[in-house]
Amino acid sequence: MLAAIVALGALAAAFGLILGYAAIRFKVEGDPLAEKINAILPQTQCGQCGYPGCRPYAEAIAKGEADINQCPPGGEAGVVKLADLLGRDPKPLTAEHGQVKPKMVAVIDESICIGCTLCIQACPVDAILGAAKQMHTIIAKECTGCELCVAPCPVNCIEMVPLQPSIAQWTWIFPDEQSAKGAHG
Amino acid sequence: MIRRLWKFNGGVHLPAHKEESTHHPARRAPLPKRLILPLHQHIGESAEAIVKVGDRVLKGQMIAHAKGFVSAPVHAPSSGVVVEIGDFPVPHPSGLSAPCIVIETDGADLWAPLQSHGDFTQLDPSALRNIIREAGIVGLGGAGFPSFIKLNPGPGKVVNTLILNGVECEPYITCDDMLMRERAPDIIAGLRIIRHALRARECVVALEDNKPDAYAAMCAAAVGTDIQVVQVPTIYPAGGEKQLVKVLTGMEVPSNGLPIHIGVVCQNVGTAAAVYRAVEYGEPLISRYMTITGGNISQPRNLEVLIGTPVKNLLDECGWNPGTLERLLMGGPMMGFALPGDSVPVIKTTNCILAMTAADSQPQRPVMPCIRCGACADACPVNLLPQQLYWHAHAKDLDKVQEYNLFDCIECGCCSYVCPSNIPLVHYYRYAKTEIWAREREKQKAEAARLRYEFRLQRIEREKAERAAKHTQKMEELTAAPADPSDTKKAAIVAAMERAQAKREEMKGGE
Repeated sequence: MLAAIVALGALAAAFGLILGYAAIRFKVEGDPLAEKINAILPQTQCGQCGYPGCRPYAEAIAKGEADINQCPPGGEAGVVKLADLLGRDPKPLTAEHGQVKPKMVAVIDESICIGCTLCIQACPVDAILGAAKQMHTIIAKECTGCELCVAPCPVNCIEMVPLQPSIAQWTWIFPDEQSAKGAHG
Repeated sequence: MIRRLWKFNGGVHLPAHKEESTHHPARRAPLPKRLILPLHQHIGESAEAIVKVGDRVLKGQMIAHAKGFVSAPVHAPSSGVVVEIGDFPVPHPSGLSAPCIVIETDGADLWAPLQSHGDFTQLDPSALRNIIREAGIVGLGGAGFPSFIKLNPGPGKVVNTLILNGVECEPYITCDDMLMRERAPDIIAGLRIIRHALRARECVVALEDNKPDAYAAMCAAAVGTDIQVVQVPTIYPAGGEKQLVKVLTGMEVPSNGLPIHIGVVCQNVGTAAAVYRAVEYGEPLISRYMTITGGNISQPRNLEVLIGTPVKNLLDECGWNPGTLERLLMGGPMMGFALPGDSVPVIKTTNCILAMTAADSQPQRPVMPCIRCGACADACPVNLLPQQLYWHAHAKDLDKVQEYNLFDCIECGCCSYVCPSNIPLVHYYRYAKTEIWAREREKQKAEAARLRYEFRLQRIEREKAERAAKHTQKMEELTAAPADPSDTKKAAIVAAMERAQAKREEMKGGE
């Protein structure tokens, strides 16, 4: 009887030590779930979800504080992916967080710009180049189309324009079977 | 010597329609008033313009240079003046516009000074590759991959077989056929140059057995060399690179691999002729053979066309009827694409302009559900499962469709052709491919934005810390060393007073 208790106790202590050591040795930094959610989010950093960036929103979803349908730039496809990841049912995007829009890019009217740097401070991805009292310009390649620079501009010289279609970006449309024509005549 | 031939899976027998355009010898298309030269005529990076609006250019002068490794320069096809550099409709299934250089020709057709490179056997492979790169030569079979890259097998790779592809299996197209009939010596000379660059062990010229005249011409040109000219059975798509490798060598190019991985290199006959002209005469690639054919054309034939010639000029030359034009295709009926209009120019990879009437383009039949008959899998020359690919592409399941090796599909159109339900299968695969690329691009862009966002947060954090550090440092200086500056000041005042005192005494002493 005593031997059994001692043996089990010793085993429990040994495994406890191993587990305790493993918890320290193999500790995962950060929240792996938030990391996975963040990888799905479109990284526009627009804040339409109500959080100051994609990562904070991802963390809020991981903690259960935010719902998965607050990201209009991610679109329905993004919601479906989040639902897949989290094992939930997809739901339509909420209206209060904005609507799905075509991809846009900000353009500064350089003749009006007064060089106040307010937009530079607002840009979450450092896609605006300029200095105090110098003309500013958008690095179009880096612009995520978040629109955060539009509001701070005191002279309204920033405009959002839809991305121009280009051959490099072009995709075949999904076949419409009613009017589809095969590759051969 | 009779070479043993193998067979690839599937394929289809198609009505050839090649007779129509081979009655007349090829002739030069008349010089157009305007030449429109897209900067992107090949696989890889676009070329970069090196001329300005208003510049005079000579025939053969480089007007855009290659940008990056996988790229090819563009040359002026005739002499004239650059009148515009901007976006114009280009031949592409999207119908979109892209950057082009427009040259107004002066009619003189004056060549820039050309330099022959002499005896190619004295040149080493890298010098040859440079000549071919500078001449803007890309694969003329259709894909338009810069040729000099294919001539570099890479360290340690041995090229056993060099295949010259003159199969031309797609209906209607006869430009390679005519080129072989009329320029066989050029092609063989080009082949010998390519062989020299690759140090290939054996050379095979392959063409379908429905081209007896071209076969005779090529055999005659190859007399006295160890180059084999081989006729392969006529079945579409025997001219596909991987299919031809299988037919001639019995080996299969691995999935996601290239022929060079099994010691084989394929080049098109037109490419070989262009290589010969570049090395022997220093001529860049500014023209090529093209087939203008289809039921809408009254005199279907082959023309030697300057790159950049608008399609309409070629249609006019061969006689067309805009009233009965049903479809205008660039390329053949299986793999070609509809042109957005007749103002687009022809490019280096254009092998055929096909103007069809309602009578010769297949009537459009209603699309019906897939009945899982498997005819598509029997026809697929790449041994794919077209119905599974269709199924997953239809459901927009882009991960699954890649598991079925979507990217091995060569878009030959055999599956769509045999489908009893008239499902536009290839269209689904093209949709899935471009959609996968688009998502990949978006993913990369999101990743870049994430990094920039995180870097910005870090920077703000760092600046804050730096400001705080500066602030505390200043505070420390103010509290710790207030005596110092006042001391020196006092000392300075004392010193100044002493100096004044001394001076006064001096002056007194002087009196």
